[in-house]
Amino acid sequence: MHSSVDISTTVNGIRYEQVVEPRMLLSDFLRHILGLTGTHVGCEHGVCGACTVMLDGESVRSCLLFAVQADGHEIITVEGLGTMDELHPVQEAFREAHGLQCGFCTPGILTTVVPFLEANPNPTEDEIREAISGNLCRCTGYQHIVDAVQLAAEKAQDRSKQPAD
Amino acid sequence: MKPAPFDYFAPTTIEEALSHLAEHGYDAKVLAGGQSLVPMMNFRLVQPSILVDLNKIQDLAYIRADENGGVRIGAMTRHHQVEVDSLVAQRMPLLHESMPHIGYPQIRNRGTLGGSLSHADAAAELVAVTVALNGRFRVRNQDGERWIPAEDFFVGLFTTVLEPRDLLVEVELPPMPDHSGWSLMEVARRRHDFALVGVAAVVRLDDDGRCDRARMVFLSAGDGPVVAGRSADLLQGQAPGGEAIRAAAEMAAYEEIDPGSDIHASADFRRRLANVLARRALEQAFERAASGE
Repeated sequence: MHSSVDISTTVNGIRYEQVVEPRMLLSDFLRHILGLTGTHVGCEHGVCGACTVMLDGESVRSCLLFAVQADGHEIITVEGLGTMDELHPVQEAFREAHGLQCGFCTPGILTTVVPFLEANPNPTEDEIREAISGNLCRCTGYQHIVDAVQLAAEKAQDRSKQPAD
Repeated sequence: MKPAPFDYFAPTTIEEALSHLAEHGYDAKVLAGGQSLVPMMNFRLVQPSILVDLNKIQDLAYIRADENGGVRIGAMTRHHQVEVDSLVAQRMPLLHESMPHIGYPQIRNRGTLGGSLSHADAAAELVAVTVALNGRFRVRNQDGERWIPAEDFFVGLFTTVLEPRDLLVEVELPPMPDHSGWSLMEVARRRHDFALVGVAAVVRLDDDGRCDRARMVFLSAGDGPVVAGRSADLLQGQAPGGEAIRAAAEMAAYEEIDPGSDIHASADFRRRLANVLARRALEQAFERAASGE
């Protein structure tokens, strides 16, 4: 009999104490146990990027992590970026620049782009394409996604130039 | 759930990890970054009954300057840390340049140097690069430790000399001598996908500007890293001009490597690519050696 493990992990600012089987993938933990179905599951072997989440602020594949490995760490999923009433600025830019069509790849792209723009607030187009190279999108041909990331970067720079309220 | 059931240990010290490996032998698998192991577990290509997770062992993640001018990197150092490290950029430019070729940004945030080397994929840049740089690997088990030259570490398809109780703990890269040049060239159909074929080249010029030493190691060109020794020897003592480089590249591609055919490319096509890539890699490496970059 294989033993289950107690874990304590913070997801979108909420702390969860759970008992999990070691083989449970983080992607399945988020979707099935916590009901956070915004994290999508595509290939489940690390190629498509749909399941990307932020682990301690860095983008990672949640299908290549076990939930037990999230013990003591902080996860942010797409649900933790913005709310329906107040989108995250990057989400806002994706809406404005038509950075999504069917939306399946979008949660993974957002959780890739948010830490990318924090590390590189003024990226070139090539750097953007590099940053999203691990995320497959079958609708957009990527151009609108690149536009959306550029727009998000521009807006963030405009905001930083304005004096604080 | 995708993977088969297993028991899970997350030791916080190297000693504890070694004792798990000694106790469980072939039943246990080491989990490093998990960027190759977990896909294989999700496909149930591997079904270890025990996983020993190294991610809580802080002592295995570091990049240190060696007094002799080399670099030492702990096995659990993540690709991204190597990629952005200034010491690596300064002392090991070939390694620095290779990092962006590994997987995707998300993969590099998790994947580790020791994991990639222990996995020993013949398509892995790190495998070819550590051999090209004459690296050495420190391997520990409960009875002690030993040093293994990179070239002797890889013995076949996804196979190393590591025994089940062994753990790769550190990679040591010796300093690059003056008048050295380097290059990594590869072709992949999609950005950052596995290379159809690639080559890492390291050369050194003598005081007269002739080739003192050349080393070419191919990836995706055989069961493991393929050292093209005879063609590199052709260059020794030569002025590194077009003709000498062309001859060495051609010999490497058509006589020394052993690429396979699969749905991505035929062996024949891989040889043609290898020929062109080896020529370009040698040209770039010699240019860099001459310009003292």
